[in-house]
Amino acid sequence: MTTATAVRDLTLVEAVNDALHTEMERDPAVLLLGEDVGRAGGVFRASAGLLERFGPDRCVDTPLSEAGILGTAVGLCMAGWRPVCEMQYDAFSYPCLDQLINHVGRYYWRTRGAMEFPLVVRMPYGGGVRAPELHDDSPETYYAHTPGVKVVVPSTPADAKGLLAAAIRDPDPVVVLEPKLVYRTARGPVPEGEHIVPIGRARVARDGSDVTLVAWGAMVPLCERAAEELAGEASVEVLDLRSLKPLDEEAVLASAARTGRLVVVQEAPRTCGFASEVAALLAERAILDLHGPVLRVTGFDVPYPYWQLEDLYMPSVERVVDAARRLLSF
Amino acid sequence: MSASPAVPADQGLRRVIGDGSGVPDGDPGVGPEELLQLYRSLVLLRTYDERSVVYHRQGRIGTYAIFWGHEAIQAGAVHALEERDWIFPSYRESAIGLLRGIPAATVLSWWRGHPAGWWNPAEHRVASICIPIATHVPHAAGLAWGLRLRGEDTAAVVFFGDGATSEGAFHEGANFAAVMRAPLVLLCNNNQWAISTPVTAQTAAATLADKAIGYGMPAARVDGTDVLAVHGAVREAVERARAGDGPTFVEAVTYRAAPHATADDSSAYIDAERVEEARRAECLGRLDAYLRRAGVLTDAVAEETRAAALETMREGIAAAEAEQPGDASLLFAHAYADPPPALARDLDDLRRVTGR
Repeated sequence: MTTATAVRDLTLVEAVNDALHTEMERDPAVLLLGEDVGRAGGVFRASAGLLERFGPDRCVDTPLSEAGILGTAVGLCMAGWRPVCEMQYDAFSYPCLDQLINHVGRYYWRTRGAMEFPLVVRMPYGGGVRAPELHDDSPETYYAHTPGVKVVVPSTPADAKGLLAAAIRDPDPVVVLEPKLVYRTARGPVPEGEHIVPIGRARVARDGSDVTLVAWGAMVPLCERAAEELAGEASVEVLDLRSLKPLDEEAVLASAARTGRLVVVQEAPRTCGFASEVAALLAERAILDLHGPVLRVTGFDVPYPYWQLEDLYMPSVERVVDAARRLLSF
Repeated sequence: MSASPAVPADQGLRRVIGDGSGVPDGDPGVGPEELLQLYRSLVLLRTYDERSVVYHRQGRIGTYAIFWGHEAIQAGAVHALEERDWIFPSYRESAIGLLRGIPAATVLSWWRGHPAGWWNPAEHRVASICIPIATHVPHAAGLAWGLRLRGEDTAAVVFFGDGATSEGAFHEGANFAAVMRAPLVLLCNNNQWAISTPVTAQTAAATLADKAIGYGMPAARVDGTDVLAVHGAVREAVERARAGDGPTFVEAVTYRAAPHATADDSSAYIDAERVEEARRAECLGRLDAYLRRAGVLTDAVAEETRAAALETMREGIAAAEAEQPGDASLLFAHAYADPPPALARDLDDLRRVTGR
């Protein structure tokens, strides 16, 4: 799918910006709307340069109105646009859940396929960034639980570009969660020009044979560090899901067949978190491959803490290593 | 306040149709043929509504949201639009698509909970029926704004009730429409009740049209039982929209002379005498009397119109009842344009267990 040959070294947020430039250049129906996306270029600079390049009709500074952004995006789709909605922060997206659940995930169904709603909701998400309350949430479960909606979470710059481009081209509504913790620390080669990473395919970030760490977003590099820590004692596979919905079930099952031991790592609260979905899949379809229980390392069922305590809340290398060791000695 | 472009609170209700004695008729603003078209639309909607209540009692459709007495608001607005203009109905306007050629069977199927109850919004320029209150106001704003961005000369009208003006979605949609200068008419059917909540418990504003001031958009207040007043106000709002002057809020004041829906017993909270008063002043009767005073309507035309509407309903319910049961595949068919593979497996498994 990649037509580009050259690569550039970019940070994850630069790769997001690259995807927006490339896709808006390619398709004049793509329009970005959100708070501070134009004049400011986005509070994280994800949309820098778009206003200058594409003008105020296609890079739209909106009122502070998350439900209005997503609600008008539904109407923009009906008018033939492919809107990309930026939610400024994870928790600021909650007002738009009304539109997402009641309409975005249902309107294609409601019209029995006559009208498509190819919109994208993208947002920086996740903790560990020393920010005030409600700038730290991992809301993936709310989105993945909504029928009619797809959810992707890149962990590398190349995937940030390729998954966002795939989301923009997808005929269904797609929520793209961008791990802001590694917006500027994740740096890597990104194909120039058009670059697509198909939605629904996981990525083996590190090969291993004794235990699998399943993760997405900012938890992927964390699991890679945990795998290093365990290097002398076990061969650790790291599976980056990349797409929560559709979930690459075959990749999860294949990893289970290889290692028989899985730890699922998420920063969201534990109850009904997406890690539970992965654990349920393994319970239903991999039971004979498993050498021990599926373990979860998660945030806790508490409000996300003041940031001076957030390192205790967030899954750490220490907690992941502990879970892997418990499983290896089960 | 007096410098505001919208000063609705002290503005009386716009009326065209008189009472046949002391209050004279005004200028209808349309010719005899269009008057008769408005009449036919009102009769069709009235017949749809009355037959639907009967069908519900006969167990032939499910719970139904009655719109008896609100036909003038719906028909008046639709007739003020061009075919290319969009309509965003709430459930209170479930049958408004009949005025755009959607078959009665389709809307009846919707109320029967059958998957045949759908239409392509783009084909009729009628959005799907919106259930959650006011959440379609941003859709209408986005569509109107989006079509203007594409250079199309298209307006939209969104219908909602008095209760909807308390919702956040109304505010966000209205504000967006105003900021983006969307060619939109926000048409509020103020029937003064949101199930059992009176409009006085809904807002401390003197009128709902007052809210327009805060969005920087003009407003009009009209008698919602006067189809010619509604038609005139919406037509002017659409003209503003087409001229690039942005949205207008139209408050059509009426009274809910029927329960909220077939599942509601409004005798528990509503004043029966006030309802009777509203039923005596209902919109179809007012138009009928006006047209006879104006020499436009005869008994023969009235009877023929009513008979045609009844026939539409007989055909509609027969066609809706003739629909075959939906296949299990319809559970999954339109959840996604490009569905996750798990859905096909779920369908296979469902068929294995149920044999359907």
